[in-house]
Amino acid sequence: MEIRNNYKEIVFWAILFVIFGSLPIIGSSSYHLMLASHILLWGLFAVAFNMLWGVTGMLSFGQALYFGLGGYGVGLMVRHVGSDWFVPGIGLGLIAAAILSFAIGLLIIRVSGVFFTVLTLAFGQLVWQITFRWYEFTGGDDGIQGIIPPGILSNKLFYYYATLLIVIASIWLLRRISLSPLGVLLRCVRQNPNRVSFIGQSVRYSQLRIYIVSSVFSALAGGLMAGVDNSIHTDMLYWTTSGEVILMSVLGGIGQFFGPFIGTAVFIVIQEFVGAKTEYWPLIIGLIMMTMVLLLPRGLVGEFEALKTRLQSRMVADRG
Amino acid sequence: MEPVLVLDKLDKSFGGLTVTYDVSFSVMPGEISAIIGPNGAGKTTLFNQITGNLLPDKGRILFKNEQITGLSPQEIVARGMGRSFQITSIFPEESVLENVRISCLSRRKEALNPFRNVARFKEATDQAYFVLESLGLAKHAERPAFELAHGDQKLLDIGIALGLEPQLLLLDEPTAGMSPDERQLTRDLIKRLWEEFNLTLIFIEHDMDIVFGIAQIVRVLQLGRLLAEGPPEEIRNNPEVITAYLGEEVR
Repeated sequence: MEIRNNYKEIVFWAILFVIFGSLPIIGSSSYHLMLASHILLWGLFAVAFNMLWGVTGMLSFGQALYFGLGGYGVGLMVRHVGSDWFVPGIGLGLIAAAILSFAIGLLIIRVSGVFFTVLTLAFGQLVWQITFRWYEFTGGDDGIQGIIPPGILSNKLFYYYATLLIVIASIWLLRRISLSPLGVLLRCVRQNPNRVSFIGQSVRYSQLRIYIVSSVFSALAGGLMAGVDNSIHTDMLYWTTSGEVILMSVLGGIGQFFGPFIGTAVFIVIQEFVGAKTEYWPLIIGLIMMTMVLLLPRGLVGEFEALKTRLQSRMVADRG
Repeated sequence: MEPVLVLDKLDKSFGGLTVTYDVSFSVMPGEISAIIGPNGAGKTTLFNQITGNLLPDKGRILFKNEQITGLSPQEIVARGMGRSFQITSIFPEESVLENVRISCLSRRKEALNPFRNVARFKEATDQAYFVLESLGLAKHAERPAFELAHGDQKLLDIGIALGLEPQLLLLDEPTAGMSPDERQLTRDLIKRLWEEFNLTLIFIEHDMDIVFGIAQIVRVLQLGRLLAEGPPEEIRNNPEVITAYLGEEVR
């Protein structure tokens, strides 16, 4: 990777490697490992989601569909074929997500703005409803329990490190995309779609490309999640999951590549620690979100950036 | 020599309003020409039909001897046509460099590469800097485009089109909203770009100093019709044009 002179980039990768990498070594409970895994996988989900929204300007309210698809790819294989099919199940989820996002994408990229958002929600809820009703196959509202990865993957520590590596590799890939010509093109699609046609590029197919990429990485996060929780539930497919990933992204800042990951970490930590004290934790999240949207619309990372720029220019002004 | 662009009996109306009526003309390679006419004469609508964002009701458009009527802007651009916009159309949050580089990348069919860092595309980057130098914008290369002054944003809009290395470039009111000084500079700049980039250039303009200063051919539109077409001297003395548009003072 090209390490540019960019502290944000370095800080982020340092957090991923050092903090998440040393967590098991400094002696943490399996509860902490699970919490860290949740942050990693939801973080990947949020970063992938933000490639759609923050980068390309496509607000999908249905990414739970692919997150859940990844989870159910694993869950259904393990339930119906056997636990040896855990890893192929992840692969199957990815393939299913690629095919489904291609098919749905072809339909929904024809509309933009709020119509796009509503359609993503509709497709998401459709798949949730099917999963919810089809009890014999999916376990319906009971979900699927006892999803134990086979062999060495059943070791919690090993599974944690595997998750960490896959998440790092995935976010690194997405980062590469965001710094590539395609990444620039996607930002251009958000800022001025009309002009994009006049540089000889297709707005629709650029959107379709990133919709598929984002969906496949969402499925990857969902598939790995099944092994962390050892179970899956229809909630993974429910619209609230799509909503949470939006909240996490807003919290961290959608204008920043790493914002959604940081937002996810803060969100999950609040959820866990406030949730342990009171069942009204969503109230706290709600208040925080209101504050963020009204007062700090750039999100945690974005506002930090802005603050830094202001201080720097003031220092320059003082000196001058 | 074959014409680069041929308009053959174009008609276009919106409901009952005729905006283009029986417009035919040919543009020779290397020509620099102006389209003038009062507001509402159908100048921009004509550009929109040539570049594919509007489909003419009737008639044909040939670009480099191939029919392009009904093609999308994207396909037409890929064949070597570029345009700038009356209302400045840039990518405001991107750097000035990135605005031009993305079109250079598009021209080289590298705009969809998802893996390599955009800064590593040496040829596209060099070309983008070359375009920015020609426009006098290189010193702003790293700044976000929205920070540029209005006049510089208009130039950047042209720069995005130039990054495509078009054979035919359409400029829609390149000096709209500029101060008289900026207009002078832009006039010289357009002339220089035309020479430097070997362009066939058509521009819409209201500033008659610019029109009569640099255009080889002037075409006058009125109420969607092509009222007159010819070298500046001829147009300046055309009685119909004077009555319809120019008025007395230009003589």
